[in-house]
Amino acid sequence: MSASRFTLHRLWAIVLKEFIQMKRDRVTFGMMVGIPLMQLMLFGFAINSDPKHLPTALRAADQGPFARTFVAALRTSGYFTLTHEATTEAEARRLLQLGEVQFVINIPEDFSRRLLRGERPTLLIEADATDPSATGPALNAVRAIADHVLDRDLTGPLARLHAKAGPIDLQLHAHYNPENITQYNVVPGLMGVVLTMTMVIITALAITRERERGTMENLLSTPVRPIEVMLGKILPYIVVGYIQVTLILVASHFVFHVPMIGSLPLLYAVSLLFIAANLAMGITFSTLAKNQLQAVQMAFFFFLPSILLSGFMFPFRGMPEWAQWVGSVLPNTHYLRIVRGILLKGNGLAEITPHLWPLLAFLVVAMAIGVKRYRQTLD
Amino acid sequence: MPPPPAAAPPGSDFAIDVTGVTKRFGSKTVVNAIDLRVRRGEIYGFLGPNGSGKTTFIRMLCGLLTPDAGTGTCLGYDVRTQQSDIKRHVGYMTQKFSYYEDLSIRENLDFIARLYDLPDRRAAVQRSLERLGLANRSHQLAGQLSGGWKQRLSLAACLIHSPQLLLLDEPTAGVDPKARREFWDEIHRLAAEGLTVLITTHYMDEAERCHRLAYLAYGKLLTHGTLDDVLASVRLTTWTVTGPDLLDLAKKIRSLPGIEQVVAFGTTLHVSGRDAAALEASLTSVRDPRHEWNKIRSGLEDVFISLMDSAKDNFA
Ligand SMILES: Nc1ncnc2c1ncn2[C@@H]1O[C@H](COP(=O)(O)OP(=O)(O)OP(=O)(O)O)[C@@H](O)[C@H]1O
Ligand SMILES: [Mg+2]
Repeated sequence: MSASRFTLHRLWAIVLKEFIQMKRDRVTFGMMVGIPLMQLMLFGFAINSDPKHLPTALRAADQGPFARTFVAALRTSGYFTLTHEATTEAEARRLLQLGEVQFVINIPEDFSRRLLRGERPTLLIEADATDPSATGPALNAVRAIADHVLDRDLTGPLARLHAKAGPIDLQLHAHYNPENITQYNVVPGLMGVVLTMTMVIITALAITRERERGTMENLLSTPVRPIEVMLGKILPYIVVGYIQVTLILVASHFVFHVPMIGSLPLLYAVSLLFIAANLAMGITFSTLAKNQLQAVQMAFFFFLPSILLSGFMFPFRGMPEWAQWVGSVLPNTHYLRIVRGILLKGNGLAEITPHLWPLLAFLVVAMAIGVKRYRQTLD
Repeated sequence: MPPPPAAAPPGSDFAIDVTGVTKRFGSKTVVNAIDLRVRRGEIYGFLGPNGSGKTTFIRMLCGLLTPDAGTGTCLGYDVRTQQSDIKRHVGYMTQKFSYYEDLSIRENLDFIARLYDLPDRRAAVQRSLERLGLANRSHQLAGQLSGGWKQRLSLAACLIHSPQLLLLDEPTAGVDPKARREFWDEIHRLAAEGLTVLITTHYMDEAERCHRLAYLAYGKLLTHGTLDDVLASVRLTTWTVTGPDLLDLAKKIRSLPGIEQVVAFGTTLHVSGRDAAALEASLTSVRDPRHEWNKIRSGLEDVFISLMDSAKDNFA
């Protein structure tokens, strides 16, 4: 076939047409904005960004000065409110089970004595970690307290007790959810999930819809090239993807107070790769599907592992090896790490580069299959 | 309509010149070794029963399907290798409405104009809106148009890039008689300006408005030529009969030798057959003084049905 060359005019024609159609299809546009907000609200209920004054039971077998200092420090941290005094282990366990308290602090009988002997007495804190987002910050606070609370008391001849890893052997025991996914993981993780869901579905329908409505035959009878159609259908939704990213970031910051340590421009820049990878995946589905229902099913088929095996739902390293292998092919897995890395750990380009390559590879492969599968004739 | 581009492609007097064009879907041969020549400036009618392969043939002409066998040119471009050149100079109106229902008339035309990279796009859109009387509806969404207006939009859209050949696939299906007549007047105006038109239809009155006709059944070209050529290609004899109890008569004669078609038209019955002698012998045997018999010229429809019946015997 004598090739008609790629032109920006025709690409722009498709882009413009898609925007007009998007504007007319209020319901779909509403969904694209509504889905991120709805998901944020749903997941947001489980997230109390800075939970304080958590009900706590104290089971103190030792009432000595060191124990009192420790308990006072916990109180002043603001995270703990002593609501119950338990005398037996069974009683404490029952309080935890009923959800009456979030924490039980166990101070053993010989706490002060062993502390003075430098034997690093054990201090056991049990937590109800069903909602890890609630317990995480409080437990972090406990660690800091355990290391430094006794600094003022342990002076003079007792200063030698600082010597080792800290005067107290702090044992944290998380019940019910030992994995301890922390709250901040959820909201940034949601970005990848929301984008995967909406981007793939939207473009999966793009070409199937044209074929089902018969407009494809017309499109094919004009000089337009496959790559022009594909790019023309991808570009408008990149804009939509960025609207979603912005919505989530704004909500993360103002509603959920997720820390944003790293560079936002960097996050925006690398999001392009992820959005494009999902759009290309959608377009490819759309060239494979025979009708819109099939396209949606394929999108769903892609969405499920993206949410389950990417490390969003379950800790990635806790998954069996095959699942990790599948997970590491999925763009969402890498994007999740990039977003968490940039927002929570302040990662720069150097740290996230290892995750950019898999995204790029995915994009190129998906796009290539899409262009190849896009039939320029009706054969 | 501006004149066709000066750089007319090489080629003969024929806008379409193909031989042996064949298309198979699986084991089914849908278009079977068709030869067709259409002169420039001609209105060529393409007829045939449902599923005879008309749409498939047209799709091969404009590069949407690749023929399994056969060679030829369309506007001088090779139908197998120069599909993208063909696309630029052909206007194809699909059988099913295929513009965007959620775009307005103007937006649809503008979109198509952009795809063809027209140099003065705005003017071209405005011109085609005016030419087809769409100007004061240009902001209406295509999905809200009635059948007749959709058809005008489709015609306007496939004319926007000043093609040299129009391929119209059942453009008048479901359109009222007045709109159909206006449509055909427009087609004749276009042809007078030098455009070649290949048009499929199931309406006999429309077939008679074409310069030439071709009749297709089971993927085979059964006959072609001018109206008279086609009528003469089947030596069909047709008699009409009027009078009482025509239904009984029809039942009685249907199985007689030489009688191939018995069709009721209001209060007359048309009786035709290819073997004139056998037909007339059979008719004599049922003569009844209450009936009035007349021999008439066979109509196009009778001829086509006869062609289809004999084709069924041969191919199906
Ligand atoms: N893509 C395809 N795959 C398989 N079979 C097909 C395909 N397209 C058409 N056919 C078959 O080819 C035959 C001819 O179809 P075509 O649409 O060309 O007929 P047509 O003459 O246009 O009929 P109509 O008058 O109903 O429009 C039909 O039997 C149809 O089922
Ligand atoms: Mg057809």
